[in-house]
Amino acid sequence: MIHRLLFVLALLTSLPATAQGSLNMLCAPAADWCEAIAAGFQRDTGIRVSMARKSSGEILAQLRAEAQNPRTDIWFGGSAETHLTAAEQGLLQAYASPNMAELQPWAQKVHAMAKGMCVGVSTGAIGLVFNREVLARRNLPVPQSWADLLKPAYRGEIQLPNPNSSGTAYTIIAGLIQLWDEDRAFAYLRELNRNVNAYTRSGAAPVQAVARGETAIAVSFNMETESLVQQGFPVGITYPEEGTSYEVACLSIIRGARNLAQARRFVDWYLTPAAMDIGLKANQYHVPAHRGAAPDPRIPDITRIRLVDYDVATYGEARMRRRILERWDREIGALPR
Amino acid sequence: MRGPIPCWLAALLGTALLPWNMQQDGVTLAGLWAWGAEDAEAASALWQAVAHGRWWFWPVSAALILALPGLRGAAGWQVAAGALGLAAVIGQGLAIGVQGWRWAWLEGAFGPLEDRQFGIGLGGTVTLLGFLFLLTGGLARRGLFRGDRFVAGGVGLLALCILVFTAWPVTTMLAQVLTPREDLPAWAALGERIADRRIWGLGCLAGGGCGVFWNTLLLGISTATAATALGLCFALVVTRTGFPARRALRLLTVLPIITPPFVIGLGLILIFGRSGLVNQAADAWFGLQLGRWIYGFDGMLLAQVFSFTPTAFLVLIGVVEGVSPTMEEASQVLRASRLRGFRTVTLPLMRPGLANAWLVVFVESLADFGNPIILGGSTGVLSTEIFFAVVGAQQDFGRAAALAGVMLALALGAFLLQRAVLGRRSYVSMTGKGDAGIPAPLPPLVRRLCHGVALPWATLTVTVYAMALAGGFVRVWGRDWTPTLSHLLRAFALERTADGRLLFTGGAWSSLATTVELAAIAAPLTALLGLLAAWILSRHRFPGRTALEFAVMLTFAVPGTVIGVAYILTYNIPPLEITGTAVILVACFVFRNLPVGVRTGVAAMSQIDRSLDEAALTLRASTFRVLRTVVLPLLRPAIVTALVYSFVRAMTTVSAAIFLVSAEHEMATVFIINRVINGDYGLAIAYCAVLILLMAGAIALIQLLVGQRRLGRRAPVVAAPVAGRA
Repeated sequence: MIHRLLFVLALLTSLPATAQGSLNMLCAPAADWCEAIAAGFQRDTGIRVSMARKSSGEILAQLRAEAQNPRTDIWFGGSAETHLTAAEQGLLQAYASPNMAELQPWAQKVHAMAKGMCVGVSTGAIGLVFNREVLARRNLPVPQSWADLLKPAYRGEIQLPNPNSSGTAYTIIAGLIQLWDEDRAFAYLRELNRNVNAYTRSGAAPVQAVARGETAIAVSFNMETESLVQQGFPVGITYPEEGTSYEVACLSIIRGARNLAQARRFVDWYLTPAAMDIGLKANQYHVPAHRGAAPDPRIPDITRIRLVDYDVATYGEARMRRRILERWDREIGALPR
Repeated sequence: MRGPIPCWLAALLGTALLPWNMQQDGVTLAGLWAWGAEDAEAASALWQAVAHGRWWFWPVSAALILALPGLRGAAGWQVAAGALGLAAVIGQGLAIGVQGWRWAWLEGAFGPLEDRQFGIGLGGTVTLLGFLFLLTGGLARRGLFRGDRFVAGGVGLLALCILVFTAWPVTTMLAQVLTPREDLPAWAALGERIADRRIWGLGCLAGGGCGVFWNTLLLGISTATAATALGLCFALVVTRTGFPARRALRLLTVLPIITPPFVIGLGLILIFGRSGLVNQAADAWFGLQLGRWIYGFDGMLLAQVFSFTPTAFLVLIGVVEGVSPTMEEASQVLRASRLRGFRTVTLPLMRPGLANAWLVVFVESLADFGNPIILGGSTGVLSTEIFFAVVGAQQDFGRAAALAGVMLALALGAFLLQRAVLGRRSYVSMTGKGDAGIPAPLPPLVRRLCHGVALPWATLTVTVYAMALAGGFVRVWGRDWTPTLSHLLRAFALERTADGRLLFTGGAWSSLATTVELAAIAAPLTALLGLLAAWILSRHRFPGRTALEFAVMLTFAVPGTVIGVAYILTYNIPPLEITGTAVILVACFVFRNLPVGVRTGVAAMSQIDRSLDEAALTLRASTFRVLRTVVLPLLRPAIVTALVYSFVRAMTTVSAAIFLVSAEHEMATVFIINRVINGDYGLAIAYCAVLILLMAGAIALIQLLVGQRRLGRRAPVVAAPVAGRA
């Protein structure tokens, strides 16, 4: 992987400036992946890519601040919900790529829900991430379901992110609400609170804590877990039997983009199997949206995980989000710990 | 050529000849001749008005004509022309943007506008400065600033810079608190954001969680108290005992300045975390489960005390050294025991210094972002809350603005308290008289206490740093401790092509180059502007001086996240359209670090007798010449401090820079944070280690270039660092 990166960078430095124009991209997933995508597009089309990696929250903040005078053409990655929030604020523009037909149904569904403002490019599911060594040392069983997490044996061993700051946490809670109903979901969270040792500010922190044995169990996305496994950490993941929520990562074009033709070309380019396989080469294990993308044993078969029917449009809305966050603050965040 | 003519020529040049607007692809040499340009955006202001129908440049040109009588001695005309010019340049910039009129009421008043304009560029800047100096020169001729044109110009320049780069963005940001929220009108949203239970809640008294305000305040007070006490122990050991490794201890003071954020937090997790060394040892030897206490208030406190004790140490060394031994000797002669002398003479003399150190650490703790984000667990503090209010699931700029307001109030409160408590007393023990005495040795009790506290702590600090930095050179940090250089190679690989060219293939080269370049640009600017401000503030009296001093110190109280968001909000649209360029990063570094330059300069200036300046002035040297030949050479230590601080801070700040980086201008710290977020600690820490080496090198180089000031006195006291660390 190092050599591939070096090769890509060598290419980057040796390519002459071309007349194909340029593209300004903000990119939310791991930096390695972002760099590989930018380099790949540049190689295939001759369009010069200026890419900056930021978290999706930072990207949204930047797009809002730039709204009157956009400098970004394309936004790659980050959950469909943040893209929908941006669309709600009039920051995106619609586009239907001719390559959409070959996408998985969930990717097309997001496109329809967003009224064409964004298209799904990959997905990942929420799972229960655990540290094998810590579980073994404490003689704890591997959790298989949401109900398992309530067992007294796991007291103080579970870590969750705080939905006030983390999009991952919001996805988890919205998933539980759609799995059961709102009151039952909050009753569950209240009960779970006894076993939770911290609600971290960042969504990525609980998985990191599991990897280093700082906590036994975390609730998080599967792709982050697989990257840790590849690094040699003793972590594993199960998917709750009752059903779990998932996230679709999106790709969208910014309203007022200065390089619109290049931006559309990027969307067309990315919705091909070859481009979708780049992630795997950069050690990223997101489930790709294209039906023709190469399968890999490290990428879970999303069809075999029991997923809730996640309604991105309803739960991505700012008003709904605020109401759920306020209820969480009142009923969970305020509990004594 | 003296008098107002050069200023007028500059304004003329900027209006008639140079391209007024910022050029998308930079200015070429040929593009400088912008009179007669076919593209309106590349033309000079006058040509835009003449040939492209942009009537809003006529007032600017009118100001130039108005100035003509002023050039031959009529100061009133000069003032009027300068003021009109400034107003015309700023007014047109604010009124007309990329989408025509900026405000609806202007359209109502003047009718619709078909045209638009981008941000001002070279011509606009030159014109603005020309008019500014016309105005200040005119004011000086009317007798203000004691008729000194140089001082008047300096004050004008400072005021303009502060207004544009501090006051304007901060106001823009704070005004966000009034953005209406979907169902709530502006005033109700304001009320809800300010009187928020999450800020002021006192649930912790009843066993729940407290609001972020109380967390932050308590953390700040605890950190400041502990760090000051520890810093005092260190300072006493270094200056008042015969401890052999004194010089090595002094090196500790450099650590916090050159430490990229996150390093301490990560090191502490490796030692005190649940799977850390201490816990494993306790479990193996005593069967004790120490648990996860490191995550939360205790952990943040520990990390901050580690981070900021050296800062307090740095402040207190100067103070302890400055205590005149004659007084202590006097107490001994009066037969006080050593302990009593220490308690009743030495400690009270250090009181202002202790208060100073305490407040510096308090503000650093407020602004700290790296430690709380790593070790906070469920506990939030203001700096992290602001960050997540902007980028987290809430996406509420208004809430961020409210929190920023609270934080600003807290920091300003600390700043005012410092001024009220200390006033001008902070360095009083440094008199011009000779200090003949030798510092008294510490009383045995105090000496043992200091040794007992300081030495274990120093060992622990070194261990934390070693543990953290080791992470860059082992395979998987905290897991597989096999030594490796692969992380370093990934970041900084070099390859030789077939024809012998060197290829910088490592992933970190481009961000490193940008960082060094921008820091090297920002450092001299900060030092220059800071020392100019220090000289003006400490040597001259003029109306509005206190206001200016306060405004200069304002950025010191504004947390980085706030500045970052404020900058992109403010500078993304005309008149100053610099988002995404290197200019915005440099501006951010210069104005975030300006207070350091000013403080250092003021401290050093107060040690130089004013009669030196006066002697030179009496010999008919111009003000500028006095500054250049008398004051500057005596200020060398202050110049070094200002340069080093601004260079190093520019390389280590994160919270502001993270919003301002763009694809072409990526900063090292942002690169590091992106790796940390992905859990790629190896690469991040290897990069940190390289940065630390680089900064140590830069510090040595600056020392060498600026040189030492030669005085027939003992070593000068290093002034307190005051930058908000974020």
